[in-house]
Amino acid sequence: MSVLIFVEIDNGTIKKTSLEAIAYGAKIAEKTGGNATVLALGAADATELEKAGFYGANRVLHASDAKLAHENSLAYADVLAQAAAKEDSKIIILAKSGLGDAVAARAAAKLKAGIVSGVTELPEINGAFTVTRSIYTGKAFATAEIKSDVKILVIKKNAIEVDESQLSTSTAIVEAFAAALRDSDFTATVGQVEKASSELSLTEADIIVSGGRGMKGPEHWQPLLDLASALGAATGCSKPVSDLDWRPHHEHIGQTGIKVAPNIYIACGISGAIQHLAGVNGSKCIVVINKDPEAPFFKAADYGIVGDVFEILPKLTQAAKNLK
Amino acid sequence: MKILVCITNVPDTTAKISFTDNDTKLNKNGIQYIIGPYDDYALARGVELKEQFGGAVTVLHVGGAEADPQIRKALAIGADDAIRVNCDPLDSYFVASQIAHIARENSYDLILMGRESIDFNSGVVHGLVGEMLGIPSYSPVMKLDIEGSTATIAREIDGGKETLSAPLPLVLGCQEPISEWKIPNMRGIMTARTKPLLVVEPVSVDDMTVPEKYSLPAPKGACKMIPASEAETLIKLLQTEAKVL
Ligand SMILES: Cc1cc2nc3c(=O)[nH]c(=O)nc-3n(C[C@H](O)[C@H](O)[C@H](O)COP(=O)(O)OP(=O)(O)OC[C@H]3O[C@@H](n4cnc5c(N)ncnc54)[C@H](O)[C@@H]3O)c2cc1C
Repeated sequence: MSVLIFVEIDNGTIKKTSLEAIAYGAKIAEKTGGNATVLALGAADATELEKAGFYGANRVLHASDAKLAHENSLAYADVLAQAAAKEDSKIIILAKSGLGDAVAARAAAKLKAGIVSGVTELPEINGAFTVTRSIYTGKAFATAEIKSDVKILVIKKNAIEVDESQLSTSTAIVEAFAAALRDSDFTATVGQVEKASSELSLTEADIIVSGGRGMKGPEHWQPLLDLASALGAATGCSKPVSDLDWRPHHEHIGQTGIKVAPNIYIACGISGAIQHLAGVNGSKCIVVINKDPEAPFFKAADYGIVGDVFEILPKLTQAAKNLK
Repeated sequence: MKILVCITNVPDTTAKISFTDNDTKLNKNGIQYIIGPYDDYALARGVELKEQFGGAVTVLHVGGAEADPQIRKALAIGADDAIRVNCDPLDSYFVASQIAHIARENSYDLILMGRESIDFNSGVVHGLVGEMLGIPSYSPVMKLDIEGSTATIAREIDGGKETLSAPLPLVLGCQEPISEWKIPNMRGIMTARTKPLLVVEPVSVDDMTVPEKYSLPAPKGACKMIPASEAETLIKLLQTEAKVL
């Protein structure tokens, strides 16, 4: 029996959230006495895939069929189910993302597996298999027992602490996995793909600098972008900002946008409406810059600065540059 | 075109969450329920497509009678009829199994729902339903147009957007800006009262997961205020005090 971990590959590298999933799966394998096996789909070098070993995986199954190069949740789920059957895996781990949820869901239906998405910590395994996940957009947690034979866990960022200085030194063995692909998973014709490949993705970012209506307009975004680049941060925004087209839709954070869990979230000119907070309450440290001392966001913040964003942002950028 | 729109009945986005009965039940006191905001987008687009191409929109809810006001609202917005699978659903797998059962009996061209419910935030029901029916599922869909028997979709991918076209039938998880939320008008509210709402019993499904208890996050410590004149000290504090930089 092995714990099977589905990883996402972006531009030939394993995504950071997927590395966390590997560490998470390896911890469970340690507990249950099995192997941690990774399934990687699409184009990636063996030297990259071997790195799964540093996070605790023993083997990597690599399905490199060219048809799998483009993200396709239908085919990916099919290959995942095939790998789970072949490896006799009873526990399957994925990192939470649009793709992760879609693959997990379809695989769950194929394998008749109980599925829990949004898991925030390691499971408790003692006879029963119990997991805790985030619900009500971070306002609460739910603990449930998974009863099914095959179990699928979709984990949130930071569900496990990975200490990059304490990684294993052994690489994983990479094996080719010959998947049987079905035509019915390839009925869609993919048209245009717009992807800002240079940008850090919000769900993976350790630092996010985010702007609200207090930024006054798209032409005033530069000070925020400067701070983000000085910190190596991704950029986000509130809903009205993306509704007004000041920033692209995929930067919209909150209840109806992306849910993020960075180490540092810096909110610039965002009032802190409950729907916005719902998307950021997984952050480790929240910094709020707002000229209104009564802004509700301060109640959810760790550090607050009352003042004009346009005066404060350049100071922070300078201080961040001085660090390096 | 036959369209099924699946809606959730969830606490509104400003609801304060707490639990009762030894942390095994949501405290519903003072909570206002709404159609899930993402489902509302799906419904709005479903109604527009019906207006464009003819056909019918059926709304489906898997859950108890407390959702009936929200189902009536969906009918007032423009759905033609409704089905409620009468139960207290345990998990996504259960809900998806009910939706798939109804869909098998009625064969829809499109099954629309929100990208996720805002209570459990799982975002897996569309994928489960798609696989159970053996048809493709895509999410989160931000743009949906139909031509003949082909759907053209724009959906969000990590850090960007992708367009694709695929033959119907499809299951789609929706989000804005696929459409604008619709507010029912007086005529809609009047006609909704007499539109059919069929209540059916659930099909049986093996227990996949069993809820045990709920909990709340630890309360947040006080916010440390930094004077604007010393803003730059924040960066040091993040490094040495909060140890997150
Ligand atoms: C169903 C529903 C879902 C929603 N989902 C989301 C969601 O997912 N995400 C989201 O963000 N919102 C969401 N909203 C909207 C939310 O309620 C708020 O309207 C929104 O978050 C406010 O955005 P904002 O803070 O940028 O703007 P505002 O509320 O207008 O706040 C602007 C802030 O900037 C400050 N400011 C102005 N000028 C300056 C300056 N020079 N320097 C410093 N500070 C300044 C002001 O004091 C103010 O606090 C949703 C609403 C509903 C009803």
